[in-house]
Amino acid sequence: MTTDRTAEAQTGPEDPSLLQKRVDRRGALSILVGGLAAGAAAVGACAPLSAETDEEREVKLLAWREYIKGNYRVMTEEERAETIARLERLAQLQRGVDVTIQSTGAQPGVLFGYAFNVSKCKGFRRCIEACINENNLDRNADTQYIRIFEIEDGVVDLDRGDATFQHEVPAEGHFYLGTQCFQCADPPCVKVCPVGATWQEPDGITVIDYDWCIGCRYCMAACPYWARRFNWGAPEVPPEEVNPNQHYLGNRARKKGCVEKCTFCIHRSRQGRLPACVEACPTGARVFGNLLDPDSEIRWVLANKRVFRLKEDLKTEPRFWYFSD
Amino acid sequence: MHLRPFLLSALKSATNGGWRYHLWMGILTSIILLGGYAYSVQWRYGLAVTGMNDQVSWGLYISNFTFLVGMAAAAMMLVLPAYILEDVDFGRAVLMAEAVAVAALVMALGFVVVDLGNPQGSWHLMPGIGYLNWPRSLLAWDVIVLNGYLALNLGIPFYILYSHYAGRAAAKHKYLPWMYISAMWAVSIHLVTAFLLAGLPSRPFWNNALLGPRFLASAFTAGPAFVILLLYFIRRTTRYDIAEGAFSKLALITVAAAQVNIVMLISELFYKFYSPTHHSINAQYLFFGIGEHHALVPWIWTGIGLNLLATVVLMIHPLRHNPRWLIPACATLFVGIWIEKGIGLVIPGFIPSPLGEIVEYTPTWVELCVTAGVWALGLFVLTVLVRVALPIELGDVRSPYLETPPAARAGRPRSTRPRYEDARPVRTR
Repeated sequence: MTTDRTAEAQTGPEDPSLLQKRVDRRGALSILVGGLAAGAAAVGACAPLSAETDEEREVKLLAWREYIKGNYRVMTEEERAETIARLERLAQLQRGVDVTIQSTGAQPGVLFGYAFNVSKCKGFRRCIEACINENNLDRNADTQYIRIFEIEDGVVDLDRGDATFQHEVPAEGHFYLGTQCFQCADPPCVKVCPVGATWQEPDGITVIDYDWCIGCRYCMAACPYWARRFNWGAPEVPPEEVNPNQHYLGNRARKKGCVEKCTFCIHRSRQGRLPACVEACPTGARVFGNLLDPDSEIRWVLANKRVFRLKEDLKTEPRFWYFSD
Repeated sequence: MHLRPFLLSALKSATNGGWRYHLWMGILTSIILLGGYAYSVQWRYGLAVTGMNDQVSWGLYISNFTFLVGMAAAAMMLVLPAYILEDVDFGRAVLMAEAVAVAALVMALGFVVVDLGNPQGSWHLMPGIGYLNWPRSLLAWDVIVLNGYLALNLGIPFYILYSHYAGRAAAKHKYLPWMYISAMWAVSIHLVTAFLLAGLPSRPFWNNALLGPRFLASAFTAGPAFVILLLYFIRRTTRYDIAEGAFSKLALITVAAAQVNIVMLISELFYKFYSPTHHSINAQYLFFGIGEHHALVPWIWTGIGLNLLATVVLMIHPLRHNPRWLIPACATLFVGIWIEKGIGLVIPGFIPSPLGEIVEYTPTWVELCVTAGVWALGLFVLTVLVRVALPIELGDVRSPYLETPPAARAGRPRSTRPRYEDARPVRTR
């Protein structure tokens, strides 16, 4: 059922007009950088006046270069390497943490899919905890990508569910249903972004360039599954809790004023590992895999279980299915 | 060759006035400064200082934005009759309506900017150095149509005023084509803004075919109502005479649109509540509340009450023709539409969330102050524009390069002064 969408996903993102524009921008930006360098030199000449240390100067220059960089989607490999080097250095200088940021691309022949077993989930919410730690989610605002709804038996209606339950689980006469980004094949959030800061990768993961996002939050209004989160303030993660294994499009440090979302743990899944939520689930309710691999567990679930998806009427074709034993 | 003196005299017109004028501008400036301070707090700590959250991700700013786009569009209701149908009554009023459009656009764009989480990144929107996701994103459309409309509404009046200042008639063949474009453009800015919301199946409250038409109906209510207030004030305080016909026609437009708006409201209520479905839940929150959550209920009924009251008053002919009733009714209508088309439209789209969770929204002091600041900025712009346009249109200010300065023209009775639509300078008669 997803094969026709796959072809589209693999050809979709590369827009020739985008590639064309890159050249102009780089030209313009190099002039700006040159100007800044001259300005910085001029400021440097008056050094006695300011007590600026070398480190502070370096942070400023790095921050400026970060400010004028382009959209990740249209960067060359070289530019990507440069911005990653800058971000890693900034993490060191500003937060005192050593991080490694990958730019691993989508692997050929891979299209990710997810299935959730509603009869196995018992509402322990270990997945949420693992997600927070793995993805460096803002501890201050208590950002969470995953929502576990406790719903009374007899209906499948999120309106009648409760995602804020605080009692011993599993509760009698209830079942549990988890939501997160469903990585729709036809994502409404991508279409609405005025600056093209969010797009679908060929392996089906919808990602955000946090630095290109202008924070208009139109995508949040467009998402029918309430999967997107906003950094209302500057996100805070204690340095000792930072997960240093990061991806540019995934769990790297976000800044205030940008939107973020679940990426199926892109820094793990693209290296053949399972997302943190799947690994953390104590009941085995979560199934993740490659939809293009006929021997994968996800394909087995789709072939052998009665599956359903939320809000099918909206035609966004989520790559996230529910099933029961 | 008249440009330099034109700009200088515009500056002079805008900075000179009686104590009331200075007091008014002083108050506006103070509110702008207060808004600027509140924005500096928001700049520093992020949008966390607002009442918005992951569930209610747009608030007071976007509410004002949707309302003000309508105000801007409504100027067309004067432009169209005045220039295209050549209605003489509207001749003198139309420049004022265009000033209202400019001020409303300044506010609308201002509200979008203060709503951005990453305003430093706004250059990402600029085609060429950034990337504008056009034609896919309706927000990209909105950026284009709003800025285009702003350019039209600055350009056309500037050309006309400048011509008059330079002692020339504004050449019809030069501005009329732009007027036609502007008239159609006005509809587009409002439809595009409605489509921006209506195009989201995730939000059933907005996702209906009536939203666009209803936007237009409410815009053509609130916009002309505000223009009536402005024209009445100008007529009372200056010697710029505006034909009685302009008021009665504008009032007629206002009340007609207000009635259409109410019919559409009834249609919407019927559609949502005769056979309530899952998609009625946001409307239920707005109009009746859900459980203990009913923050918007008093708001929306106040808005509807004001609209009904003012519409009924304006429907009675003797009352509509009497300024004692017309002016309060227009002010009431303006406030009523602001409630209905602002907060009453945007906020309930988010409550409950698409996953059925209810989180309510209350604006914080930062939001209130920034909002007041943007409104004060708009009124400031409007005041300056009117202040610059009036002396030129009254013939008090003319280019010093003209051979006969206006002061030399003595004893001309006011009634024979050419109407604006003749667009011919006084001295040539």
